[in-house]
Amino acid sequence: MAGENSLRKGRRAPYGLLSPGMLWLILFFLVPMWTLLRIALSTKPNAFLPEYEFTWEWSNFSDAVSRFQPELVRSFSYAAAATILCIAIGYPLAYYLAFKAGKYRSVLLAMVMVPFFISFLIRTIAWQTILGQEGPALWFMETFRLVTITDAIGLTSSGAFLNTPQAVILGLTYNFVPFMILPIYVSLEKIDPGLISAGQDLYSAPRQAFRKIVLPLSLPGVFAGTLLTFIPSAGDYINAELLGNVKTSMIGSQISKLFLKESNYPEAAALSFIFMAIITIGVLVYAKLLGTDELSA
Amino acid sequence: MTATATQAPSTEPVGPVEQVKGPRQRRTLRSRWLGVWSALVYIWLFAPIVVVVAFSFNDPAGKFNTSWNQFTLDNWLHPFAKADYTAALVVSLKVAAVSCVIATILGGLMALAISRYEFRGKGLVNIVLVLPLTTPEIVMGSSLFTLFFARDLDFGFTTVVIAHILFCLSFVALTIQARVRGFDWSLEDAALDLGSTPWRTFRTVTFPLILPGIGAAFLLSFALSIDDYIITSFVAGDHTTTFPMRIFNANKTEIPPQVNVIATAILVFTGSLMALGTWRSLKRAKL
Repeated sequence: MAGENSLRKGRRAPYGLLSPGMLWLILFFLVPMWTLLRIALSTKPNAFLPEYEFTWEWSNFSDAVSRFQPELVRSFSYAAAATILCIAIGYPLAYYLAFKAGKYRSVLLAMVMVPFFISFLIRTIAWQTILGQEGPALWFMETFRLVTITDAIGLTSSGAFLNTPQAVILGLTYNFVPFMILPIYVSLEKIDPGLISAGQDLYSAPRQAFRKIVLPLSLPGVFAGTLLTFIPSAGDYINAELLGNVKTSMIGSQISKLFLKESNYPEAAALSFIFMAIITIGVLVYAKLLGTDELSA
Repeated sequence: MTATATQAPSTEPVGPVEQVKGPRQRRTLRSRWLGVWSALVYIWLFAPIVVVVAFSFNDPAGKFNTSWNQFTLDNWLHPFAKADYTAALVVSLKVAAVSCVIATILGGLMALAISRYEFRGKGLVNIVLVLPLTTPEIVMGSSLFTLFFARDLDFGFTTVVIAHILFCLSFVALTIQARVRGFDWSLEDAALDLGSTPWRTFRTVTFPLILPGIGAAFLLSFALSIDDYIITSFVAGDHTTTFPMRIFNANKTEIPPQVNVIATAILVFTGSLMALGTWRSLKRAKL
């Protein structure tokens, strides 16, 4: 009996293995999305009772947009800036790891992960210390009289690092850059070295060989890295709260405040939904753009 | 960076391929530029860690351990001096332990089903599995909040565990799935052909082979769980406080050096675990 009875056969077995996990995902991921949408379309008839009525209240959405437009715009522009910085910082490092690191490769790769061993919050508080009024960064700038220069290029605002948009973007970049480095490294590492030497034979200029061979083949990594850095940065508010000020507040703090402090659930849910819709559309457009790019290259 | 593609990407030295002197010099300059850049990035990645470790030896002047005052070993001798931080750490460890065990079991079963069987609806399962990863934490947190509110559940330990299992589940399933990709399932058939029972086959063939993946997934979900702030803050309610919540809530009033001590201890612990793992795999590779 055992001979024809492989563990991989049997119609119902996979569903049996899947069902507990799928049940969890349905109950606590898909159903909550539905409740979120319902609350986003509800009204609160009595201001003093925590009861909500489902009334197709679309105005919650328009109210949320008009009230929190600056935060929405700010969240997406900070996240975009951080993502671009992550690519600029992470791509060369991933390239170095994939092609130049030699025997130290695995150690250097592991070192990219080391920041994760310190809690997200504690890392960000450490940046508070570094960038603060008594911190080493400002001391360095003042000792070498660089403050006017950093002010001019926009790295500091009137001689301070902390409580500026720049500090928030730096924090986001720092906290999410490993998510950019690793996928780019994975896609670069897969490239067959033979392809590159063939490319060198075909294209005389090294720049061209890079652009026509390495870059297109690494685009899936850049794509994955962009999603892994952009989505969490846009929704994050720890960096904005710890490294910024009132003027750098991001959409996450507003949603959290509406839910947990103001108890304005319909508007908070609507805002949350709008945020997710923009991200989803953005991801689809981005996938489409990058996909067609790959085809034409 | 662009020019560095010229050099052979293999780790072996290029050898006397290039005869022209000019481009060669330019190339070494450019590949050196890449090395310098990488070194700078590593300094930047490690700067906050150096600060965290150094400030665990600081005796802060006020309530905020953010400017250097004086060296002391006091914090290390009394790492649990701050009772509310210690209590929050215990809550975090409990949440992580419970939710990671459940998430690893549920996710492991899913990974097994996806990588071992062909079945209808596999594509859909994969999509549902990836969706939580592309959903911002703030949206996941607020949707769970509305669910628990609408169902009138008590916010606390249980709701936190439910949420942590949820966001660990996809990571676990995908990590184990990636580890067993390319695994030769016919080994199981061989065991069955030789008269082993299905359960014994699982215990002696399948499980040992997927064990490294399970270990990696467990550690990853533990790290995710113990570090989470945003989702937890939505579902914890007023009476349950995890370690990250404690730190964040008190951030405007105090930053005690014990936080740095605990963070450094966790760093040393996980760092040595990782070093041990790397060392063992290197040793195995040499054998």
